[in-house]
Amino acid sequence: MSELNELYQQVILDHNKKPRNFRKLENANYTAEGFNPLCGDQLTIYVNVAGDAVQEIAFEGSGCAISKAAASMMTQAVKGKSKEQAEKLFHEFHSMVTGELDEETEENNLGNLKIFAGVRDFPVRVKCATLPWHTMHAALNQQDRVSTE
Amino acid sequence: MSTEVASIVNSDPATDPATAPSTEVKWDVERIRRDFPVLHQTVNGKPLIYLDNSASSQVPQVVIDRGSVYIEQEHSNIHRGVHYLSQKATTAYEGAREKVKRFINARDSRECIFVRGATEGINLVMYGYGRKFIGEGDEIVISAMEHHANIVPWQMLCEEKGARLRVIPMNDAGELLLDEYDGLLNERTKFVSLIHVSNALGTINPVKEMIAQAHKYGVPVLIDGAQAAPHMPVDVQDLDADFYVFSGHKMYAPTGSGIVYGKAELLEKMNPFQGGGDMIKTVTFEKTTYADLPNKLEAGTPAIASQIGLGAAIDYLDGIGREQAATYEAELLRYATERVSAIEGVRIIGTAKNKASVLSFIIDDIHPHDIGTILDQEGIAVRAGHHCAQPVMQRFNVPATARASFAFYNTKEEIDVLARTIEKVIEIFG
Repeated sequence: MSELNELYQQVILDHNKKPRNFRKLENANYTAEGFNPLCGDQLTIYVNVAGDAVQEIAFEGSGCAISKAAASMMTQAVKGKSKEQAEKLFHEFHSMVTGELDEETEENNLGNLKIFAGVRDFPVRVKCATLPWHTMHAALNQQDRVSTE
Repeated sequence: MSTEVASIVNSDPATDPATAPSTEVKWDVERIRRDFPVLHQTVNGKPLIYLDNSASSQVPQVVIDRGSVYIEQEHSNIHRGVHYLSQKATTAYEGAREKVKRFINARDSRECIFVRGATEGINLVMYGYGRKFIGEGDEIVISAMEHHANIVPWQMLCEEKGARLRVIPMNDAGELLLDEYDGLLNERTKFVSLIHVSNALGTINPVKEMIAQAHKYGVPVLIDGAQAAPHMPVDVQDLDADFYVFSGHKMYAPTGSGIVYGKAELLEKMNPFQGGGDMIKTVTFEKTTYADLPNKLEAGTPAIASQIGLGAAIDYLDGIGREQAATYEAELLRYATERVSAIEGVRIIGTAKNKASVLSFIIDDIHPHDIGTILDQEGIAVRAGHHCAQPVMQRFNVPATARASFAFYNTKEEIDVLARTIEKVIEIFG
């Protein structure tokens, strides 16, 4: 069960139980919906960008512990960052869970997101961990402006 | 019903105690398990416990061997060679069709069309029958527990023709509301397409009665038997089904095998599904005349080895006894339902009175994917997800379920491991 313990660490279980920034962001100016048709996981990412900075980010939806915790910790990690930094973090996170980046030896800014490294031993769960990141990426790039009126 | 079982039922226990019916299920599961090579392996260091039979069942050695014999000794194209091997291949392929005919009690083997599986079967009927006979303003009735294969083709047809899809609702146990069904049938109804056994819930629908109800309005009915054929004897004449489809890979045959049964008069008047070789009598650039049944509906070279495998799987099922297998599976379901529903925090989704051996469940605050991953670490294969039946999930207001589906080679000991591991899942998530 050691790989399992690596996957379901206490921090991940805690974020699953009490997801942070789990709400609709009324003043969001970027939003996107992420959907994994294979398993039915679905989430919406709301971002409020001012200038170049991610002022606020939140999410709603339903999914497994991995996707929910990944979304929760992502919102904490990118809040206050520039769009460019957020995108860079997405790239690093993606590289880590697909086994392309060794988070211990190679330079990165992942910080406590390293806790998701264990996902790489569960290839079918990689999509769960990256779904919120892909969705944030889509939100930031599609510039699908939501009315703040 | 096999003669063996019939003789037991008909005997008088008072005068013939040796053949008295026993409540004990006589099923040598260890002997049966030896027939399935794939079961004897470890997964993540644990013995494999395969409980994903509704998605695809395993293949017994005799079926594997039959496919190998075909490939090693008989392989050739069918219906088109005067040479020895082509005749051998054709004989084996058409022999499988005869077995299918007996398996579902069709009147004639011409009524058994080989397809890739149930999905292709439903599409064949939608294209060949639906597109020809269903038009604007017509209505097609399906049920709330259909899987995507029996929803999407009809939606495509409705969109193309301006027809309307009507849906029979179900109750909280996962049983169709037959009064509502009656209310949906009218002179605009042109087709009814129903799942025999729900892959997501296990419900066995009263399709014989439902077919009779549709026939009062002169409406043809397709029954999707993908989950029924592996679990119960199917008699298309007794059901009076107009079309009946199923997949080989859910009944111990290889993937790529499957059947559309259709009443000959309906198959005759339908359009072909695909055009190509083997489905023609004559071709000129001006006009093509189509072959007779069943070839009219089987264009191109089929999955010969897989369909021959389906024939071998039917022989295997006949050999072990379909009635006895069903009785054993019913006992597995009863035991699993008892064990799993006793665990605090677990809820069974699909509690119909009449069920096949499918156990869908959810655990409070734990997503089925996480359940599936943890079970997999213990060597247990279950399906976690929406089971290609998203509307069923919406009906029960859950994003997904975990589903254990049992075959006659599963054991109560495996169910004990399942129950213990579910308890472990709950422990991990605290």
